[in-house]
Amino acid sequence: MEIYRAHVLCCGGTGCTSSGSAQLIERFEQKIAEAGLEKEVKVIRTGCFGLCEAGPVVIVYPEGTFYSRVRVEDVDEIVSEHLLKGRKVQHLVYTDHASHEQNANKSLNDINFYKHQKRVALRNCGVIDPENIDEYIAFDGYMALEKALTKMTREEVIDEILKSGLRGRGGGGFPTGLKWKFTYNSQADQKYVACNADEGDPGAFMDRSILEGDPHAVIEAMAIAGYAIGASEGYVYVRAEYPIAVKRLEIAINQAHEYGLLGKNIFGTDFSFDLKIRLGAGAFVCGEETALMRSIEGKRGEPTPRPPFPAVKGLFAKPTMLNNVETYANVPQIILKGADWFCEMGTEKSKGTKVFALGGKINNTGLVEVPMGTPLRTIIYDIGGGIPNGKAFKAVQTGGPSGGCLPAELLDTPVDYDNLIAAGSMMGSGGMIVMDEDNCMVDIARFFLDFTVDESCGKCAPCRIGTRRMLEILERIVEGKGEEGDIEKLENLANTIKATALCGLGQTAPNPVLSTLKFFRHEYEAHIKEKKCPAHHCQKLLQYVITDKCRGCTLCSKICPAGAITGSVKEMHHIDTAKCLKCGACIEKCRFGAIVKI
Amino acid sequence: MKSLAELQAIREKTLNRINLRKEDENETVRIVVGMATCGIAAGARPVMLSFMEETEKRGLGNVTVSQTGCIGMCRLEPMVDVYLPGQEKVTYVHVKPEMVSRIVAEHIVNGRPVEEYTIGAAEK
Repeated sequence: MEIYRAHVLCCGGTGCTSSGSAQLIERFEQKIAEAGLEKEVKVIRTGCFGLCEAGPVVIVYPEGTFYSRVRVEDVDEIVSEHLLKGRKVQHLVYTDHASHEQNANKSLNDINFYKHQKRVALRNCGVIDPENIDEYIAFDGYMALEKALTKMTREEVIDEILKSGLRGRGGGGFPTGLKWKFTYNSQADQKYVACNADEGDPGAFMDRSILEGDPHAVIEAMAIAGYAIGASEGYVYVRAEYPIAVKRLEIAINQAHEYGLLGKNIFGTDFSFDLKIRLGAGAFVCGEETALMRSIEGKRGEPTPRPPFPAVKGLFAKPTMLNNVETYANVPQIILKGADWFCEMGTEKSKGTKVFALGGKINNTGLVEVPMGTPLRTIIYDIGGGIPNGKAFKAVQTGGPSGGCLPAELLDTPVDYDNLIAAGSMMGSGGMIVMDEDNCMVDIARFFLDFTVDESCGKCAPCRIGTRRMLEILERIVEGKGEEGDIEKLENLANTIKATALCGLGQTAPNPVLSTLKFFRHEYEAHIKEKKCPAHHCQKLLQYVITDKCRGCTLCSKICPAGAITGSVKEMHHIDTAKCLKCGACIEKCRFGAIVKI
Repeated sequence: MKSLAELQAIREKTLNRINLRKEDENETVRIVVGMATCGIAAGARPVMLSFMEETEKRGLGNVTVSQTGCIGMCRLEPMVDVYLPGQEKVTYVHVKPEMVSRIVAEHIVNGRPVEEYTIGAAEK
């Protein structure tokens, strides 16, 4: 790698790749060569910058100019103006949604989206070239492994993780240090370290981004974990649906081998460690630790009862220590900077930071990392940029299919493991789906239950049969066939499933129903008793009517595909509700706002 | 990889090369070359390449070389501005590649601007 005067960083995360960043990179390289700048300007494919909403994202250093939504056609202009003549292309520079301010110069940290963030697990994502181990090393990479292997005993490493208060970022929030200690205490001829990269929650993609943007951090952390618990082998279980992440991880493992950072006698010590990748087929249940291990062994991915816990009898019946990607990404930093540094961030019982995947009805869709204890309001409004189209906030869903929906009254809840559980939801892996006034909460519960019914492995009856019965009741309710007593039946089923299901998938599956019942019970009641959907979302409960704002322009009757609208010119029109398909075409067409849903 | 020293060596070497992506402006020296049409026509590109070569040769990790447009004094091109942290900028004019090593050695490394190359000297 030579010295260049300018670096063009193109996001190569999955989000930006799907909006065409690979073609951008090609075009940049081609145009830069045409302009004879190939010795001066280097194009680097990085991991995710987090602001996926503005993708594809391109940052040009040394100015630090942040270009957003760059199209292939724009590349020519950036090369001829910015790279050749040194003039920024103003109209492509990122503009903040809320303040309409352009990011003038240098420092992403001035942008609202990044201002409130604290990037620990994501520190290298979008900063380094993930396919170049030297860049990771330049940002203190593998220093923690060196420190652990040559300057710390195995017990000291475990103590440091214990002291840091790090808890599992995959959902459960179990103290990571304890897990390490239990596995360390188990006696066996062979132990394993495993990494859970089977990110299954709809909307969550932090693990993918870490593997894509900073794969060496996970490798380094797993090697440290291997040293601490006494394992010489590790497995990364990653879903095959993450091809970019898998490819970068493979490259990273090979590079680490070349440098002797994996393999035999690392740093001249007697510690040897190796990593293997196992691809998962994407079943949600394989994110559950016992099912994941069965899947690695090549068996059907089904959970088994605990105990025995994996720390005693896990992979291939040997003691196994399984952590999530994001958990691992914190480990090298803790070893290098110390537990005290980590403890300064976060709340009393939840230390450090947490990555959230913001999605749904929010302006800045993307990946954010904030200290534990940051209020929901800060995440959704200050970082997320609020709700688009001037709509009102209704609820935020955290924790994916295992979590719950929190209403506006709880927006000031500081986000950490315990507060979210107290509020009736959970941290989960960090998906955060924002809903506005147009979302029907009964339908949201139905959506998540539909997902868990699909993903249930079928091994235990409460999950296999119970969740399906719940889904049937919910489907009835949103179709206007709800009956008195349905809510009670749902609650009864939910509590039974929670108490009796075999694994975490089943035990948490009723949560979306329970939390929406807790905060939005009136919506269920409106569906059942009045046969109305307060959010005007459920098609079967809707009626389209034309109000007296109608001027009789006849546009709606022409557009209606069902011929349900009648009326003559300059007279008020009428919708035949029996014929109406509720497609909404007339509302879009009406220039007077005369058609409403009731 | 057998020791921390090896790791440190890779780290230092790479840091020099990616230093321009750092956000801390207080520690970096900026060399800005005028690269509008007038600058390029007067030979600014070889000058800029010389600056890049010279800083790499000396392993100056805290230096970035970038370009700017025309500031109006086209007759003095190629022009180069040097910004040392916390100091007034120094503008060099009629810069030729053979002048670069002296500017880097005396000004950027040792903090003494090469007076005779500056705009002050040229405009006397």
